[in-house]
Amino acid sequence: MKADGENRDEAQMIASILGGNTQEFHALIQPYERSVYSMALSMLQNEADAEDAAQEAFLKAFRNLEKFRGEAKFSTWLISIMLNEARSRLRQKKTAKTDSLDELNEGGHVSPALLRDWREIPSEVLERQEVGHMLQVAITDLPPIYREVFVLRDIEDFSVNQSAEALGITVAAAKVRLHRARIMLQKRLAPELRRVMPKRRWLSWF
Amino acid sequence: MVLECKHVWDHISGYLDGTLDAEVLEKVQKHLEHCEICSAILDSTRNILILTADERVFELPIGFSERLHARLETEMRDSESKSS
Repeated sequence: MKADGENRDEAQMIASILGGNTQEFHALIQPYERSVYSMALSMLQNEADAEDAAQEAFLKAFRNLEKFRGEAKFSTWLISIMLNEARSRLRQKKTAKTDSLDELNEGGHVSPALLRDWREIPSEVLERQEVGHMLQVAITDLPPIYREVFVLRDIEDFSVNQSAEALGITVAAAKVRLHRARIMLQKRLAPELRRVMPKRRWLSWF
Repeated sequence: MVLECKHVWDHISGYLDGTLDAEVLEKVQKHLEHCEICSAILDSTRNILILTADERVFELPIGFSERLHARLETEMRDSESKSS
């Protein structure tokens, strides 16, 4: 995880919280607020719902902290609580999009968009809100099983193993889903990005 | 054996994560050296990952932290009054 949770003794913090020092929970979760919210937003696709679900997930983590055994990282545990929360909300609302056939057929082949010369992407591209929005839409449009692993690995910088653990799937399955997610995004975004970027930077694609 | 483009595409994700077996990695690298199409696909995928990793894509709403910690605070007070 990008957050600075790595160099802390989280086991010690958790023990202290369970020992009655509840205020320390604020500091414990602070590095993971963005990861939990990103996961909620990518799944629920609405800021208000995502915020409420993220709050609920943190509350559940607090109430159930004694059940955390320390076999997984605290961040992995937290994300799996968030996933369960988001999934149960999606089930209740029945707003989940019908999963595409792609999702059912994990063995199928995905092909990327073909184009030439993509070497330069200046970071100031993101200054343009349009691009940020385009990325968000493309990610939230991925079928859920691909979106989940993509958000964990490529947005929140979990390792492949940690992503697999949070999702409760095998490492091999996580790799396959991640690959498909990335190629689906490349296929959709490469032409879209080329359209909004200065022509000079996105030479011919065919 | 020389890899065809579509077989190289299957390894793009593993290539980016550095998880390919040495033998496969060598074949993919050889292919990339002379194939502009696959090199561009690799570059575009990598660049999309760089863009999506930017913190500005999924930004926390203003006041998110304050609202979260206020709600937690209420929960903590409730749990303390119950246990005491």
